[in-house]
Amino acid sequence: MSMIKLIAKNSFRHTLRVILTIVGISIAVLAFGLLRTVVTAWSAGVAASSPNRLVTRQAVSFIFTLPYAYKDKIAAIPGIDQVSYFNWFAGTYIDKNQFFARVACDPETLFKVYPEYQLSSNEKAKFMSERNACILGIETAKRYNVKIGDIMNIDGDIYPGKWQFVVRGIYTPRTKSDDATQMFFHWNYLNERMKSDYPNRADEIGWYVIKIKDAAASATISQRIDNLFKNSRAETKSETEGQFQQGFVASSGAIIGAINIMSYLIIGIILLVLCNTMIMTARERTREYAVLKTLGFTGKHLFTFIAGEALIISCIGALIGLSSLIPIVQGFESVLPKGWFPVFNIENSTYVMAGSSALLVGIIASIVPIYRALNTRIVDGLRFNG
Amino acid sequence: MSSIISISNLTKVYQRDKQEIRVLNNISLEIAQGDFVALMGPSGSGKTTLLNIIAGIDRPSSGNIIVADTQIASLSETELAKWRSRHIGFIFQFYNLIPVLTAYENVELPLMLTPLSKSERRSQVELALNVVGLGDRMHHYPKQLSGGQEQRVAIARAIASDPDIFVADEPTGDLDRVSAEEILTLLDRLNKEFGKTIVMVTHDPYAAKRAHTTHHLEKGDLLQEESKL
Repeated sequence: MSMIKLIAKNSFRHTLRVILTIVGISIAVLAFGLLRTVVTAWSAGVAASSPNRLVTRQAVSFIFTLPYAYKDKIAAIPGIDQVSYFNWFAGTYIDKNQFFARVACDPETLFKVYPEYQLSSNEKAKFMSERNACILGIETAKRYNVKIGDIMNIDGDIYPGKWQFVVRGIYTPRTKSDDATQMFFHWNYLNERMKSDYPNRADEIGWYVIKIKDAAASATISQRIDNLFKNSRAETKSETEGQFQQGFVASSGAIIGAINIMSYLIIGIILLVLCNTMIMTARERTREYAVLKTLGFTGKHLFTFIAGEALIISCIGALIGLSSLIPIVQGFESVLPKGWFPVFNIENSTYVMAGSSALLVGIIASIVPIYRALNTRIVDGLRFNG
Repeated sequence: MSSIISISNLTKVYQRDKQEIRVLNNISLEIAQGDFVALMGPSGSGKTTLLNIIAGIDRPSSGNIIVADTQIASLSETELAKWRSRHIGFIFQFYNLIPVLTAYENVELPLMLTPLSKSERRSQVELALNVVGLGDRMHHYPKQLSGGQEQRVAIARAIASDPDIFVADEPTGDLDRVSAEEILTLLDRLNKEFGKTIVMVTHDPYAAKRAHTTHHLEKGDLLQEESKL
């Protein structure tokens, strides 16, 4: 018989209690993982942002536009590699509940500033050559079963009217944390309609995305861009893409903060559940620990027995919780409004945090029982009737 | 015969709240190697405390105690644990077997502290269980055994590591007369056939008759010695 066998036999002595404890830990690990996934999904834009990209928007608010004429002026600033531009289109596809980002872009520069959106050269060429062509992220294409060559009809709201797009490409993201849900189409297509129907809205840009040569120069270049348009009719605010995304996340900061706190409270709950089990277990075995000491087992052995038992229980709970996380996250995502979170993946860090938290909880939960077992005199332990 | 246990002026005082309780009062005692000693006395006379001190699971307040050539009072807890595993076989009144372990595994427990290989441990365990007549109950759990059988497993556990001294605290106190007789016969065999020193606490005069020497304690004092040798 090995120490491990002895620990394993002891761990399952009270089957019902241990099963309930393991179930409690599994649910807590699952809830922790799910909440962390929500938090990371919320911050996915920040995580996926590149330090080499700046975003320039209207200084007053993102909802106001900037002149198209700024493009060349920005491009002339030293240190800038590419300037691309976008307009938030919104609109309704099928019905108002079907959400995914629909964005007018400059096809020529889109893939230069966003190399993470991967499209075959054939699809890229077709997208660029057709005025009303669009490309879709693979997730959205799958969701609506849209194929290359299909027509997508969208009712405009910010940009009124009926809009028709031909799908000419389906892009795939380079990594799991890149957004695979967006729709991009020609800014020129949008601008031409504006020129004819709403001339005062023509040649307006939602935001510029600027690829810079050296990430370390981001602050200086941002400053230079903003200085360039100071006291103009549309002053700019330039910042790194990460800061820009963070601004969106910050608006939901209280909710994220609350979710974060909840996720850590759950770790506290696991700790209480396991502590309770371990303290009860150790108390019931006071006499056995005294017998083991009498036989010559030392404090080090008792430490191994008790901590080992707590770790076995917490590890099994963590394994069950983590292995249930993928289907639960998929189920959770399916009941969320479509497109709510463009990226809803379980990060590796979530697995690591949940798993290591469970291990840590196992160790902490055994501290009190170990202390008691070590500090109970053998003669007192032998007299114990629990 | 040389002494395996030598006690001089041993005193044990417990502190309960502000009150001092003197459990053993200036005890001096020599126990020869290979002796079979019974400690008798009424409840609270200090016999179990004396046994615990001899076994190294309790410490004296003052006085000297040498067991198996070791001044056990000066050992640290870890040293004492190692010393116990080498020199003492403990037999409890309520057997104190681990319920989730089979008879075999219970007997194997003290051997986990030795450097013996798995096969050496196996032969030791089988030998010990055969000595107590439970070779055919190796894979039974304590709840599947009678009280007498449980106590025999406890004795097998005590003898597995081949200690010099067996200390038994009321080993027949929880058994019927037939089972008690079997246990006493077993202790007798350990003493006579294997030359082991046995110190047994008992209330039972019948059990004490098996010992060569009986010491009586009363209120912490060692009274007279009865020797049958």
